[in-house]
Amino acid sequence: MIRDNDIKNTDFKFIDIGSMDTESIVRPSTSYWPDVWMRLRRNRLAMTCLTIIAVLTLLAIFAPILSDYEYDATNLSKANLPPCAEHWFGTDSVGRDLWTRVWVGARVSLMVGLVGAIIPFVIGTIVGAIAGWFGGWIDMIIMRIIDVGLCIPSMIYVILIILYLGGGAKSLIVAMAIMGWMGSARGFRARVLQFKNREFALAAKTLGASPKRIVFRHILPNILGNIAVGLASFIPSVIFMEAGLSFIGLGIAPPMTSLGQLASDGAGKYRTFFYQFAIPSLVISIIIFAFFMFGNCLRDSLDPKLRDQMLINGRRGRKDMAGKKVSADE
Amino acid sequence: MLSEQILEVKNLKKYFDVGPRQVLKAVDDISFSIKRGSTLGLVGESGCGKTTVGRTLVSLYEADGGEIIFDGKDIMSANKKELKQLTRRMQMIYQDPYASLNPFFTVGEIISEGLIIHKIGANKKERMEIVYELLELVGLHREHANRFPHEFSGGQRQRVGIARSLAVEPEFIVCDEAISALDVSIQAQIVNLLVDFQDKMGLTYLFIAHDLSMVRYISDRTAVMYLGKLVELGDGDEVYSHPVHPYTQGLLSAVPIADPRRERSHKVQLLEGEVQSPINPKPGCRFFKRCPKATGICSEVTPELIDVGSGHMAACHNID
Amino acid sequence: MSKHLLEVKDLYVSFDTYAGEVQAVRGVDFTLDGGETLAIVGESGCGKSVTVQTIMKLNPEPPSRIKGGSILYRGEELINKTNREMQAYRGKEFSMIFQDSMTSLNPTMRVGRQISEAILKHRKMDRKEAKKLAVEMLAKVGLPNPDKCYRQYPHTLSGGMRQRVMIAMALSCEPAILLADEPTTALDVTTQAQILELMKEIKERTGTSIILITHNLGVVSRMADRIAIMYAGKIVERGLPDDIFYRPKHPYTWGLLGSMPDMSLRTDRKLTSIPGTPPDLFAPPEGCAFASRCPYCMHVCLKHEPPVFDMSEEHQSACWLIDSRAEMVVPPLGEDKTLRVKGRGGHVV
Repeated sequence: MIRDNDIKNTDFKFIDIGSMDTESIVRPSTSYWPDVWMRLRRNRLAMTCLTIIAVLTLLAIFAPILSDYEYDATNLSKANLPPCAEHWFGTDSVGRDLWTRVWVGARVSLMVGLVGAIIPFVIGTIVGAIAGWFGGWIDMIIMRIIDVGLCIPSMIYVILIILYLGGGAKSLIVAMAIMGWMGSARGFRARVLQFKNREFALAAKTLGASPKRIVFRHILPNILGNIAVGLASFIPSVIFMEAGLSFIGLGIAPPMTSLGQLASDGAGKYRTFFYQFAIPSLVISIIIFAFFMFGNCLRDSLDPKLRDQMLINGRRGRKDMAGKKVSADE
Repeated sequence: MLSEQILEVKNLKKYFDVGPRQVLKAVDDISFSIKRGSTLGLVGESGCGKTTVGRTLVSLYEADGGEIIFDGKDIMSANKKELKQLTRRMQMIYQDPYASLNPFFTVGEIISEGLIIHKIGANKKERMEIVYELLELVGLHREHANRFPHEFSGGQRQRVGIARSLAVEPEFIVCDEAISALDVSIQAQIVNLLVDFQDKMGLTYLFIAHDLSMVRYISDRTAVMYLGKLVELGDGDEVYSHPVHPYTQGLLSAVPIADPRRERSHKVQLLEGEVQSPINPKPGCRFFKRCPKATGICSEVTPELIDVGSGHMAACHNID
Repeated sequence: MSKHLLEVKDLYVSFDTYAGEVQAVRGVDFTLDGGETLAIVGESGCGKSVTVQTIMKLNPEPPSRIKGGSILYRGEELINKTNREMQAYRGKEFSMIFQDSMTSLNPTMRVGRQISEAILKHRKMDRKEAKKLAVEMLAKVGLPNPDKCYRQYPHTLSGGMRQRVMIAMALSCEPAILLADEPTTALDVTTQAQILELMKEIKERTGTSIILITHNLGVVSRMADRIAIMYAGKIVERGLPDDIFYRPKHPYTWGLLGSMPDMSLRTDRKLTSIPGTPPDLFAPPEGCAFASRCPYCMHVCLKHEPPVFDMSEEHQSACWLIDSRAEMVVPPLGEDKTLRVKGRGGHVV
């Protein structure tokens, strides 16, 4: 409510608006990745998952080093001990300390997961970018190879490769690379196709930018978010696959160990020594769950619609991805 | 020895294959020329091929036939190096101020991209000076160089887009629906800016739009397109005050006038039906099915553009 | 008991976003009577869509939040109605047509089915009758071959035809109010002319009231019985078309009218553009929201929101220039040469 005597007659003098700044921007400057990080940080689930992943990774790195026992040192006099002060997770049938073995196993699983996901992703990104950008017969050939490749169940590749190369972490990673790149290549090709005809890419083209510049400077940053999400959800699948293969005896062989192999060891005895089965299984589940949930949260925070909603309120009239008129405001 | 016509387009064709034995004739044999320092307005409804014309001119699409002669040089026969130089002089302003700026670049990076590509400015510092100048030229602040596109309003973004094209010192700019996505008051801002630059730098524009009133305001000549064909071409005033082609007449009459009194007395001449598909068009006039004046010949013979007086051209068999 | 069909009073709507509260609608008042067309004109982000979506309670809460005000429909308060209670109004009392017909129709359902479902929901009819009515509606909106159209999927129709389907669906339950949010913005001029003609015809035939949201002043002058000009979440001026077009009182209205080129007269006058950008409603300015872009800005405008001045029964404007203490200003546009109103003071809202 304005009271009239608040306003003086002198207030009714004109102001030169040339002196006023009508183009200033009130909002604080934000760029993409800090924005994503901010949204992620506010997401409690994402932060919980991230903490779990960090704690497990640290444990996998340091727990075996700090432990008093070697992961492969047997002690038959202390076989099948339940969890106690000396052996936190108990011991297995030949008396090896399970605390040490579980974290060595987690180390192997995480490493296979990370490397086994990153390598096929990098290959897939490059192949997908080539197919999407050049199009024509190059695209045609690459896509047909992928179509055929994806028809064959991935387990079959992996088993064949492991039978050929022998077990162990390396062959697992090779197998993952051979099987995993196709899916990601297909995904990125679609993305590149989508962005190649966006107006900003066209604008770069009219300015005379080379294809390399357009792909790496313009398109890649735009799909980096998707790459990150894809990677975050591919890692747990690789870990899962490793665990499954080790469980059926095709992955990591004793005395080296992995979580899947530990679970497999314990499975036979779950009636008598339940903890030998339960602990590694639980750790696998937690790792996979944390990665999956984190991937989901990451997708949410990267979602451009959410980003617009953050800026202004969402609008129902938003058009599809075909690059037509996008009215993000009002 | 500047030729008077900066751009001559002769029998331009651009077809797209859209399926087995299905050809979309987006641009089908059109010719026009633009005088240096003038503006040609190109109007038509969505799907008539006007954007394809613009994109073909700036070499985003490869033409399927015809000639594009820019400042005396044929673009289609130019080698790679010449083409890079030629295309620098022909720039484009895009429709969608939201999609046309890369969200991951700062405004400074966006504007300086052309400078880097064409090696204008010796080092980063010099380039940034040019960027600041350009920002001020389009009415923004130099501090805006460090901001990201999403922080700007639509009109501000469109001005960034204009600054980006001006950076490489073009002579000819295709404005592809450059104001359609903007609010009315902002449209006027951008149009005034474009007119200013034309006066100051002698720019030539091809102004593509579906908003007929803005086209009349900005253009010296106006071309009307329907399904890949030019149906009428003439001085702005002529086309608007004495439209000859039935399509132009219907189009003009459909535009609501922002004046209630005149609007009340204004009789809308509704065009029936909708634009047909440009895929595998049949011979004859493409407007035939919707045309109130159509006669037998219209379904058989494609009308050519003919002069109806003082450079006013129309493609219709039944001009009174 | 209100004599108006719809009465919106002092409506405030905000959106809670990560960045903070965006005050999209900041005290909007208007009324709508039976059988009339009210055009709400404004630029994107001015809150016009939010206002009508709030009437139908279409904005999800959160992020949106109605902070205050009242919406009276036939004298009944809608503001406290739950989503469930509102279901009874949507479609039956109010219907909405959106700008983008592609995303507002369900792509996996035949259009006829979508219409008849809507009918079944609100009217006591069996399937057969509903189908018959749906085909009738499709014919009424001028779709050639309505029987065939009934069985088609939205994507097989053109933009103009889809918009007609939307209108058929919106009108199938004979709503009292049709809310049209930029119904023709995405269409071509010739199609726009057809759709506008159709809306006019329907209004005359059924007496439906229309709230038309648009930024196109041409469309406004063709359609509107009354006009409200919105800026930054507020209505800055409202009146009859002749008031707004020939006797505008608000500098923003002058700016809007001046920035429209007149197609039928070739003039070399420069378009009067409004400098700058609308304020960010994330941090709305203290005084008049238009002040920083207004060529007639006074000190008072920066500090105090202008009151609403009654120019006549129907014509109101919220600008300090009309206050008797301000210097005399001759409006740059329109027919009258003074801004003052004799015998009427401003009243404060």
